Amino acid sequence: MKITADTPPVLSVLDRPNSYIGRAVPRPNLQRLTQGRGQYISDVTLPRMAHVAYLRSPHAHARIVSIATDAAKKAPGVVAVVTGAELAKVMTPWVGVLTHLKGIKSAPQAPIAVDRACWQGEAVCAVVARTRAQAEDACELIDIVYEELPAVTNPETALDPGTPVIHESLGDNLCFERKLDVGEVDKAFANSDAVVEATFVTGRHTGVCTEGRAVVADWNASEQRMTVYHATQAPHMMQNLFAKHLALSESQVRVLTKDVGGSFGIKVHTYADEMATVALSKLLKRPVKFVADRIESFVTDIHARDHRIKAKIGVTKDGVITAFEIDDLTGIGPYSVYPRTSGIEANQVINLTGGPYNCPNYRAQARVVFQNKNVMCQYRAVGHPIAVAVTEGLVELAAAKIGMDPLEIRRRNLFADDGYPAQTASGLKLEQLSHHEALAHLDAMINYAGLRAEQKALRDKGIYRGIGFASFIEVTNPSAAFYGVGGAKITSQDGATVKLDAQGAITIHSGVTEQGQGAEAVLAQCVASSFGVSMDRVRVVTGDTDNTPYGGGTWASRAAGIGGEAAWQAGKALRGNVLAVAGAMLQAKPEDLDIRNSIVVDKTTGAERLGLDELARVAYFRPDTLPPGFQAELMVTRHYVPRAWPFAFTNGIQASYLEVDTDTGFVKLLRHWCVEDCGTIINPQLVNEQIRGGVVQGIGAALFEQCLYDERGQMLNGNMADYLVPMAVEMPDIDCGHVVSPTADSELGAKGAGEAGTAGAPACIMNAINDALRPLNAQPLTDMPFTPGKILRALGKV
Amino acid sequence: MSMDIDIALTVNGERIAERVEARKSLVDFVRDDLGLTGSHVGCEHGVCGACTMRVDGVIVRGCLMLAAQCDGAVVETIEGLSDSGELADLQAAFEQRNALQCGFCTPGMLTAAQDLLNRGSVPSRDEIREHISGNFCRCTGYHAIVDAVESVAKARHGAKP
Repeated sequence: MKITADTPPVLSVLDRPNSYIGRAVPRPNLQRLTQGRGQYISDVTLPRMAHVAYLRSPHAHARIVSIATDAAKKAPGVVAVVTGAELAKVMTPWVGVLTHLKGIKSAPQAPIAVDRACWQGEAVCAVVARTRAQAEDACELIDIVYEELPAVTNPETALDPGTPVIHESLGDNLCFERKLDVGEVDKAFANSDAVVEATFVTGRHTGVCTEGRAVVADWNASEQRMTVYHATQAPHMMQNLFAKHLALSESQVRVLTKDVGGSFGIKVHTYADEMATVALSKLLKRPVKFVADRIESFVTDIHARDHRIKAKIGVTKDGVITAFEIDDLTGIGPYSVYPRTSGIEANQVINLTGGPYNCPNYRAQARVVFQNKNVMCQYRAVGHPIAVAVTEGLVELAAAKIGMDPLEIRRRNLFADDGYPAQTASGLKLEQLSHHEALAHLDAMINYAGLRAEQKALRDKGIYRGIGFASFIEVTNPSAAFYGVGGAKITSQDGATVKLDAQGAITIHSGVTEQGQGAEAVLAQCVASSFGVSMDRVRVVTGDTDNTPYGGGTWASRAAGIGGEAAWQAGKALRGNVLAVAGAMLQAKPEDLDIRNSIVVDKTTGAERLGLDELARVAYFRPDTLPPGFQAELMVTRHYVPRAWPFAFTNGIQASYLEVDTDTGFVKLLRHWCVEDCGTIINPQLVNEQIRGGVVQGIGAALFEQCLYDERGQMLNGNMADYLVPMAVEMPDIDCGHVVSPTADSELGAKGAGEAGTAGAPACIMNAINDALRPLNAQPLTDMPFTPGKILRALGKV
Repeated sequence: MSMDIDIALTVNGERIAERVEARKSLVDFVRDDLGLTGSHVGCEHGVCGACTMRVDGVIVRGCLMLAAQCDGAVVETIEGLSDSGELADLQAAFEQRNALQCGFCTPGMLTAAQDLLNRGSVPSRDEIREHISGNFCRCTGYHAIVDAVESVAKARHGAKP
């Protein structure tokens, strides 16, 4: 039994009576989900609702010569058959660029392909019918004549003069390019005692949310209003985009997000088929539902991480890192994804490479090229797993080359814990990190010396175990620097409205969204603590643009750090307002009173003065008894946005212990550890579970997951039998440890924790495999995922 | 097009008689025709386990079985297993241990775990991992689920948690 103890909080400014900050309280809304009573968008049905199925291009690149829909239109249950050209009259196209990514370009993308399909899986025609099965039946009756065009499927040759250009209007296949040259890189390499070069490959993979993307759009022509039930991370962003591309005002669009079956960054983008579904509802004046099935998900949910990085590190014989250099090439889809763009991932690779280390010399190049494959965009820990794999892979290869212990080389180069604020060579501003303390914590936690001794003893018996590490930094709590400055209507601020109801209970409305990470629990903990009630007196409402404050939703590990701070402040403000009412009722000074456990008390003695139920009764039903001119304000809203720092960076270090079967190439994961620093921990259980889930997603990338394409742009393994994901039996237990360096930008001091696990795990697994195989003189493995075949090839056995 | 078939079965203790399309899967039938949306559709090819339910006492994939095969069967979904109280301690352990995040896999995961627990002995962590390896969870990384199932196995055998 390992159910996490409800640890008492460390005394701090946050430690009010009834404080839930730092406590592992269970999420208040879980019974709905354990009893099968959740409401996911795929569960939503509305009167007159029809279902849409999309006929999708079987070719990676093809001209659409003709579409014959007569037979489909006559099929049972069919409401409408709609082509891209017809839907283009309802909805305008979009272009996925941001102004702060200098030079980024893309082509206009329509909700359904018009004249040309640019990847296998792009929707080319829609069938709306009374049931999904009828819509799929009718899809089979549509006759499309294609003229197949050459497909661009190799990033290495995408920019060659002989390669066809996917979008003629753009001139070439280059979406985005960035270069950086800081310090004296050539001189630093020349003065190094050892230089290590390697080419890292991170396999194209995808989110595999358990619930496919889902949307139910309901255009009410009589109200001229669009209601969209949408499994999204960012309801207000989608409200803006639906309105913009349907030529409506935002007030005509309401986006509701209910339970979401996994998101991980997959559900924070604009998908052509979801946009088309909304447009179809407008066209047909009735509710239309679309749920991506698993096969569709594999060829249309954003892919990520398809990078090839040539990388180089210099070190002195004392283990001082002298320089990093990288050349990153990434092949995205035929379009940059709207509105966050497909340039951010490569941009992050440049920003984050070398991030934990105090090394002033850094040269980087990244090129993002178009491909006739499914689109790529931001997925959990955007860019981090790639940058961490490159950085930490190089650091451990360099350590091996100079014969230094992998933790020792890190100790000699990590930014000093007392050296903040600091700035990385790429220009990232770091408020306060704790690399050395985290490393020391991990060293003790894993019993490093004991583990090395065990490893050595087993090697003598022909058992090859490896220990690998990965230090990392993680972007959390993003300010407007992430998207707002680039012109996207993606807000970085968030709000919370807190209301005292007529029985003295609290309702919170928040602009962040619940995707299962526990945001609603964190919001309830913040308000219960700052206001002064028990958790069972707090109800949380999220995911409704009609009723919540304008907010960014859930992405970039922002819900707790930004949404939580807004909720904390709103709870505090409401406490002030309630105490003003109490003061008027009790003829006391509000500053002499406090609220504890739903009761107004004397601040110094704790003596009970007034229940919140009685206060609410008077304020709402007998305001005539309050002093003349006094107005009770029992609903307040507060917003918060990080201002002092563009991002609240977190840090951490992971360790993996694994065994490689050198005859079969199979890897058995024995144990995994992560020590991280996300500032103030609001709920230690939820933080740990974010870490664990994130680690396993990273392990998937390291060992199993890859979207395989052939040279014609056909995805070869787009189903769950062929695309492997981590299942319970292959996964290890994962131990978590913490260091706490709060951000001074907010009163709570909380930073994000949602992506740290995914950021570090792939590098950690890679380093452990290479550590295991080092005595066998295997070629270092740097090409993810590390399948048994690749391991046997590295050992020279096949 | 497909033909229709009459079936009579018991679902969560309730007698049901319906006419179904021959091609309709069991999970589509319980979700779309009976409104029991606790069984989830994750992959429709038998890999993810989100549609795990019980038919005549045996756990099955609702997507790999046709409704038409269930004539005369006793079907139990998460709604019935919840209402009867059979899963109450396991559900409480999942909630307490945060052994679910988005919750989409949870009804299937609970049903699969209960199948293991019903075998009567206290399984090892490895046995728990093996048994739930037909149920894909993308959120938790499985550690918390193994903890929760292990704690219930021990508790049901009289051990202090």
